[in-house]
Amino acid sequence: MGRLCILGVRGRTAWCTLLLLLCCSGGDCESETRTPGPTDIQGVKPFHNEPQPQPFPEEEKANMPVFTMDYSRIQVPFEFTLWVLLASFAKIGFHIYHKITIWIPESCLLICIGLIVGGIMHSVKEKPPAVLSSDVFFLYMLPPIVLDSGYFMPTRPFFENVGTVLWYAVVGSLWNSVGIGMSLFAICQIEAFGVQDINLQENLLFASIISAVDPVAALCVFEDISVNEQIYIVIFGEGLFNDAVTVVLYNMFSYVADIPAVESVDVFLGVARFCVVSLGGLLFGVLFGIVAAFTTRFTHNSRQIEPLFVFMYSYLAYLVAELFAISSVLIITCAITMKYYVEENVSQRSCTTIRHVVKVLASISETLIFFFLGVVTITTEHEWNWAYILFTLLFAFIWRGLGILVLTQIINPFRTIPFSFKDQFGLAYSGLRGAVCFALVFTLPDTINRRKLFVTASIAIIFFTVFIQGISIRPIVEYMNIRRSNNEKYNINMEIHSRTMEHIVSGIEDLCGQWSHYYWKDKFKKFNDRILRRILLRDSRAESSIVSLYKKLELQSAIEMLDTPMGDLSAAPSVVSLHDEMKEASRPKKKFPTADVRNMHNILAKNMYKIRQKTLAYTNKYKLPDESRTREILIRRHSSIRRSLRASSFRDPLSENIPKSQRYYSLQPGSDLESAFALRRRSHGAGGSSTRSAIPLSPIKERSPGPAPHRTPTVQQSEDEEGAMPHVWSWPWMRVGPDTMNYRIYG
Amino acid sequence: MGSRASTLLREEEIEEIKKETGFSHSQITRLYSRFTSLDKGENGTLSREDFQRIPELAINPLGDRIINAFFPEGEDQVNFRGFMRTLAHFRPIEDNEKNKNAAPSEPLNSRTNKLLFAFRLYDLDRDDKISRDELLQVLRMMVGVNISDEQLGSIADRTIQEADTNGDNSISFNEFMKVLEKVDVEQKMSIRFLH
Repeated sequence: MGRLCILGVRGRTAWCTLLLLLCCSGGDCESETRTPGPTDIQGVKPFHNEPQPQPFPEEEKANMPVFTMDYSRIQVPFEFTLWVLLASFAKIGFHIYHKITIWIPESCLLICIGLIVGGIMHSVKEKPPAVLSSDVFFLYMLPPIVLDSGYFMPTRPFFENVGTVLWYAVVGSLWNSVGIGMSLFAICQIEAFGVQDINLQENLLFASIISAVDPVAALCVFEDISVNEQIYIVIFGEGLFNDAVTVVLYNMFSYVADIPAVESVDVFLGVARFCVVSLGGLLFGVLFGIVAAFTTRFTHNSRQIEPLFVFMYSYLAYLVAELFAISSVLIITCAITMKYYVEENVSQRSCTTIRHVVKVLASISETLIFFFLGVVTITTEHEWNWAYILFTLLFAFIWRGLGILVLTQIINPFRTIPFSFKDQFGLAYSGLRGAVCFALVFTLPDTINRRKLFVTASIAIIFFTVFIQGISIRPIVEYMNIRRSNNEKYNINMEIHSRTMEHIVSGIEDLCGQWSHYYWKDKFKKFNDRILRRILLRDSRAESSIVSLYKKLELQSAIEMLDTPMGDLSAAPSVVSLHDEMKEASRPKKKFPTADVRNMHNILAKNMYKIRQKTLAYTNKYKLPDESRTREILIRRHSSIRRSLRASSFRDPLSENIPKSQRYYSLQPGSDLESAFALRRRSHGAGGSSTRSAIPLSPIKERSPGPAPHRTPTVQQSEDEEGAMPHVWSWPWMRVGPDTMNYRIYG
Repeated sequence: MGSRASTLLREEEIEEIKKETGFSHSQITRLYSRFTSLDKGENGTLSREDFQRIPELAINPLGDRIINAFFPEGEDQVNFRGFMRTLAHFRPIEDNEKNKNAAPSEPLNSRTNKLLFAFRLYDLDRDDKISRDELLQVLRMMVGVNISDEQLGSIADRTIQEADTNGDNSISFNEFMKVLEKVDVEQKMSIRFLH
C-alpha cells in the first residue's frame, strides 16, 4: 500500500513537472497567437477591386478561429496557482507516508521540493518568476503568517511568561546580532579570507538578518516529545517577537550602512526609534483589535460578512503599521485582542470559517516562501567564500548557545519555574532560521557590494539549521529523555497512578487559579469586566430569562451529541451491581507474559491523556488546534450526566440501591429542580462577575434552528417528570453548535 | 475585592486555619479571595456548580472526582475551612517538617495523607479497597478512544495483580502505598502556593 502511494506521489510530481515545463515554455506561447500568416492574405483578394488600405485584411477573410490561446493575459495568476498547487500536492504527498513527517520537519521537505523544481527550471534555462521582491514579501506574504501566529497564540501561558519571552526575544536578538556582527568583522580583518571590504555596518546588518529564529520546525518536533509548556511558549514567543526585532534592527542597520560614519547621536536615536517602533506597533495592534471587536458587536444581522472584518481589520492594521514604518509584526497584538472579543460576538460558523481561512492563508504563505527558497538556491548566482560562510555558521551556533546560557542565568531567579540545563539546551538547539531570514536577505539593496555573498551565506545557514539541526533535534531530545527514565524500574501501577496524580495536581492548580502575576491579571480582569466587555460584547451579562432558554437548548444539543456515534466513549462502566463484583472475585488469575506487559506500557504511554502542562492545543503550526481530547472528555461527561438523569428518575425505594459509584456525577441523584435552579438564578442576578471562568452567555436566538422551539415543551415536560435538573448548562463557557460538534472553550 | 476579603475573614479564623493546615497568612488571604471569587451565590460556601464553572476543570479527565473530593460525605456545600483543609493536602513538605516525627497528628500534607487523597479518588464507595471496576472507571476516564474494553480490562487486571498481595483481587490502601514507594509522591502531589 505504501509503495502504491509513493508511486502515486511520483506520478503526481511527474505530472506537475510536466505542467511546469508547459508553463515554462508558455512564455513563448504569446508569440504564436498573433501569426495569422501574412501568406494567407495574398491569395484572398477577389472582393476588393480597388487597392484600399486594408489595415487588417485578415479580419475579413480569415475564417473564425475555432481555437485561440492567449497566454500572456493569464500568465501571472496561472503561474501563481500552479505554484501553490504544486506545493500543496507536495504536502499531501508527505502526509501519505506518515513516517517521513515524524523524522523530517515539513520545512525541510518543502525546501527539497523547491530544490527539485529549481533544478528543473535551471536545466531548461528558465528564470524564476521575478515576484519575490521586497514589496511582495512584506505586503502579501508576511501578513498571513503574522495573523496566524497571533490568532492561534495560546494567550494564557503567553502572558504568564511574557517577561521571559520578551527578554529572550529582544535582548537575545540584540546579543546575537551584535555578537555575530562583531565576530565576523574581526574575521574580515584577516587578509587571507579575502573579505576585507565588508565594513562593520554591513556585518552588523548581515548578523541581524541571520539572527532571526524561526521556531516552526522545532515546535513540530516538540509536540511528540515531552517538552514542558514553559519551553514551548518561550520558543513560540521568541520566534514571534524575534521577527519584529530583526526587522527593526535590519531597518536600522541598513539605514546606518549607507552612512559613512556613525555618531553617538545616531546610536541614541536608534534606541529611541526601536522603542517607538515596538510600542507603536503594540498600541496600533490593540487599537485596531478593539475597533474590530466593536464592529462585530453589531453584526448579528449580517452573519456572512463577519469573517471579513477579522481579515480586513488586521490587514489594515498591518498596512498602517507599514505606512509609519512601525514594526508590523507586532500587529499580532491586534489578532490577540480581536480574537478574545470577536469569538464571543460572532456565530459559530463564522468562527470556524475565520480559523480555517487564517490557517490556509498562513500555510500558503509559508509554503511559498520555503518553495522559493529552494528554487532560488539553484537559480541564482552564488558567491561562495568558504571562510566567511563557515565562520558564520560557527558564530551563529556559539553566540546563540552563549546567549541562552547567559540570559537564562540572569532571568532564572525571577521565574517561578526556573529553566534546567536540559531546557536551555532545547532552547539553544532549536534556533532554526527560516522564512524571514531568507526574505530579508533577498531584499537587500544592491548598493551592498557583497550582496551575493550574503545571500549565499544566509541560504547556507538556513539549510544547515533546518536540515541538520531540524532532523537531529528529535533523536537528541529523545535520548536525553530516555536516559532519565531508563533508570527507574517502572511498573504499570506507577505509570497509571503517577498520571492520575499529575491530573489531580493540575486540576487543583487550575482550581486555585495560580498565576504568577496575579496582581496585574486581577486588575486587568476588573477593567475588562467593567468597561471593555460592556462596550465590545453584545451581551456581556447573563440574564436569568436567557438561562432557561439556554439550558433547554444545551440539553437538546447534548442529546443530539450522544446520538451521534463516537466510538465507545459512553461505555464507561458506571453502574456496578453486587452480582458483578462477586463474579470478579472468583475469576482465575491470568498470567501476563512480558511481551504483553511491554505492550501495555506502550498502550498506556500513547493513549493516556497528557496533563495540560504537557499538551497544548496549539502544538502544530500547520494544523488547526486539536480539540479532540477535550471533546472526548466533554462527551463523556455529557453521557454521564444523561445517565445520572435516567437513574434519578426512579424515585422509589430502588433509588437507595443506586450504587455509590454514581456519586462521582456532579448531580446528586434525587435532588430537585427548584433548589438548584434558584441558586443559579440568584447567582446570575448578583452583578458582574469577576472570575475569568464566568464568561457570559450570549443569546442563542440565531443559533437555534427551526426544530428547537417546538422541542422545548417536551424537554420541559421530561424535566419535570424526572425531577432532576441536568447540570449541562452549568458550563456557560461552553458553546455547542447545533450544526457540528464544535466545542469552543473559552478561558 | 482584596479589601472585602480581609474584612470578612477574621484574624482568629486565619490563625486557626494556619495551625490546622500550615499555610502562611498571605497564602490564606489569597486563597480566600479566590474562594470568594468562585462563590457566586455569596453565601460563604461553594457548591458543585461553582467548581464546575472553572473551564479547565471541566476538561480535566478527573475533574468531577476532584470536585467531589472537596465535599465531605453527603454534603453539598463546602465552606472555607473545608476548602482549605482539602487544599492543605497539596502543600509542599518543607524540610523542617520532615524531621517532625513527634507530631500528635499527622499534618495534612504528609506523604500518607497525599496518597490517601489519591486513593480516595479511585475508591468511591469508601470501602478502603480499589476494586477492579473502580480502577476500570478511572482508567477509562484517563485514556482516549482508541483502547478497546478488553485491552483496558487486561491492563486493569495486570495492575491489580502487581499490587495485590493478599489475594482479594482489589487494592487496599497499604498495598497502594507499597506499590508506589519508589515514586516521589511529595514532589508530585505538591503545588507551589505563591506567597
